Amino acid sequence: MQSIDILYFAWLRERIDQPRERIETAAATVADLVAELAARDARHAAAFADPTAIRVALDQSLADFAAPLTGVREVAFFPPMTGG
Amino acid sequence: MTAPAPLYSDDELQRYARHIVLREIGGPGQARLKRANVLVIGAGGLGAPVLMYLAAAGVGRITVVDDDMVSVSNLQRQVIHAQDRIGMPKVESARIAVAGINPFVTLTPVAERLDAARAAVLVPGRDLVIDATDDLQTRHMLNAACVAAGVPLLSGAISQWEGQMTLYDPARSAPCLACLFPVIPPAELLPTCAAAGVMGALPGIVGSMMAAEAIKELTGAGRSLRGRLVIQDVLWGENREIAVSRRDGCPVCGHIHGTAA
Repeated sequence: MQSIDILYFAWLRERIDQPRERIETAAATVADLVAELAARDARHAAAFADPTAIRVALDQSLADFAAPLTGVREVAFFPPMTGG
Repeated sequence: MTAPAPLYSDDELQRYARHIVLREIGGPGQARLKRANVLVIGAGGLGAPVLMYLAAAGVGRITVVDDDMVSVSNLQRQVIHAQDRIGMPKVESARIAVAGINPFVTLTPVAERLDAARAAVLVPGRDLVIDATDDLQTRHMLNAACVAAGVPLLSGAISQWEGQMTLYDPARSAPCLACLFPVIPPAELLPTCAAAGVMGALPGIVGSMMAAEAIKELTGAGRSLRGRLVIQDVLWGENREIAVSRRDGCPVCGHIHGTAA
């Protein structure tokens, strides 16, 4: 198990209704973490219902959903924004 | 033999004095701003501060593209427009505002919806293109035009209380929009400002940051946003800088061999 700070931006933050949370997880990869988060409650499930457009940054560096979480302290999920 | 005309009138020297004393801009940087040729797509929330600050800064040639008209619901945040210009094309309203700020810049209004054919004409030859539009399809089309022309694309986007900003430039080793966001989400996940709301000062914050990045890019000052995505969450006071890079096999810019920034 490791302790990770999760940050949510844009519609993810709105659906989960909090900007960040710290969780204890044994997830090996980002994809595992997303599955674990989506199973937490209805809000998380709604946020990750369609993850295809969501991007992830591990310790403030862009990664993909197959990336391992070994040693990672912060995971940020962010979708594209469009308004101008 | 007559001496070449001076670059600036006395009015301009006084007007730009606070830039000229900045070590990072100075006379040479201010001259670069005067010679610069910038394309701004969108004269709405983000376009408002971008256009006003670039005009005030003395960016010599600015072309602005927008097919929308000024409406009363714009005035909560689109501070370049005014009550007595409701119903006017936004680009014409912007032209009036910019003329009132700085008569030494040339603003060319284009009251059209940008499509790929117009982008292919309007983008090449610019020093910088600024994306202040409000839909992702247009953003991707503009990105493709900028990649094809090798012109850097300063892009900002907002929603509700948050903004994103970066400088796309695969010709100089930064990703393009399609590297960073290859998937356009379904429409229900992309609420417009009209449907989701937007806090009025937010485009002022993000658009002013974009104007600052544009001035840096045009003058060569400081460190650019190439390879860095900035996310600002004004509601919760979170901001993050994320290191971003080109994506192998990107269908839009994969054929470009970038040079160091």
